[in-house]
Amino acid sequence: MLAKRIIPCMDVESGRVVKGVHFVNLRDAGDPVELAAFYDREGADELVFLDITASHEERDTKVELAGRAGDEVFIPYVIGGGIGSLDDIRRILKAGADKVSINTAAVEDPSLITRAAERFGSQCVVVAIDGRMRPDGTWKVFTHGGRTPTGIDLLEWAGEVQRLGAGEIMLTSMDRDGTKVGYDIPMTRAVCRAVSIPVIASGGAGNLEHLAEAIEQTGCDAVLAASIFHYREHTIAEAKQYLASRGIEVRL
Amino acid sequence: MTSRIGIADYGMGNLRSVEKGFEKVGISAEICTRPEGLGDYDGLVLPGVGAFGDAMENLKGMGMADALIDYINSGRQLLGICLGMQLLFTFSEEHGRSEGLGVIPGSVVRLPGRVKVPHIGWNVMDRAQDVSLFEGVSSGSRFYFVHSFYCQPDDEAWTVGTTQYGVEFASAAGAGNVWGVQFHPEKSSLLGLEILRNFGRMVTGVS
Repeated sequence: MLAKRIIPCMDVESGRVVKGVHFVNLRDAGDPVELAAFYDREGADELVFLDITASHEERDTKVELAGRAGDEVFIPYVIGGGIGSLDDIRRILKAGADKVSINTAAVEDPSLITRAAERFGSQCVVVAIDGRMRPDGTWKVFTHGGRTPTGIDLLEWAGEVQRLGAGEIMLTSMDRDGTKVGYDIPMTRAVCRAVSIPVIASGGAGNLEHLAEAIEQTGCDAVLAASIFHYREHTIAEAKQYLASRGIEVRL
Repeated sequence: MTSRIGIADYGMGNLRSVEKGFEKVGISAEICTRPEGLGDYDGLVLPGVGAFGDAMENLKGMGMADALIDYINSGRQLLGICLGMQLLFTFSEEHGRSEGLGVIPGSVVRLPGRVKVPHIGWNVMDRAQDVSLFEGVSSGSRFYFVHSFYCQPDDEAWTVGTTQYGVEFASAAGAGNVWGVQFHPEKSSLLGLEILRNFGRMVTGVS
């Protein structure tokens, strides 16, 4: 059986991991490639690098990171953050990334999803969707790191990105992101039911129970987490063992 | 002279990760874009991502298809990865029917609709035969897959590994000097690298 994937996510700015990584056993916990190689050895199934560098050099930092990661990481890895054109995607994939994630640019120009999928294959195209519950009780899509409301219905957008050729959806709950109170189960479940492509649940993981809940209750294919791994609250191996003990298929 | 491994580049996907995988296990491998250069290698890897028909068109257009057949006929080791495995078969049903290299008799068909397609992620390979390629890799190990079509050898004797995903399919096939794996060893962490290392040993004839 296909294993559920555990995906550590690293935020990278100007070539350094930001947002608190507290490893004592790394030479340089700020180096994304060193951290990534560590997670590979520890049993992570895939890795996500979100490059949040805000400068005109933005494109080059992603290409450089994609290239460096390939020297040390022998599991699939995704590069995302501000990717806006087919040329960006081409350069990042050519440098060695397996997939790119696109978010704001896909909302602004949905044809980018189709063009990327036709050119490089759907399996390379992860569409990141940031969702948040509105006062009227519906989930809506946000862009620009969750700051900009678009008014677009989340479930409609999820169906649309699949139709346009996305290979996977990385779904982040902006209500839960950084809270460590658990994934947004109803939202994730609703998206999983709305599409037939793999869904990566993201936002809110605070303990191993949360990972299991998301997998058991939503139908998601992968769970993404940052701080529980970066702060060494749990190792990847512990997470896998725990999920396995609950009868969830994982790669041990 | 140390033996060399070539990675055939015919414009289908990124080959750098395969090159880096070999490098990681201390085997020198290089990307080769010239069909006339294939004969220089002691071992050859045929990788590939994308559509079967486009790949065959590229191989034929570059003269790489004939060069690959000549290479295989020379008795030296070849490993097809993902689409590269599929290309070894007689034909594929992807977008109608496309003829393959015809080295392994059989077809390439679409995964059934009852499972999510493409098949993306870590799945189990059960060893169907004891082969050098899988030395140190126990049956039931997981590897990273990304594909929508799978290989169906006409004769089961070609199947060396199987995987369940909607159907049971040949996730590894081969005999003699021709081998193919549907998964990506270069993306399958330590066990995947072990397979690249084994291939390197098969090339040098050291066991």
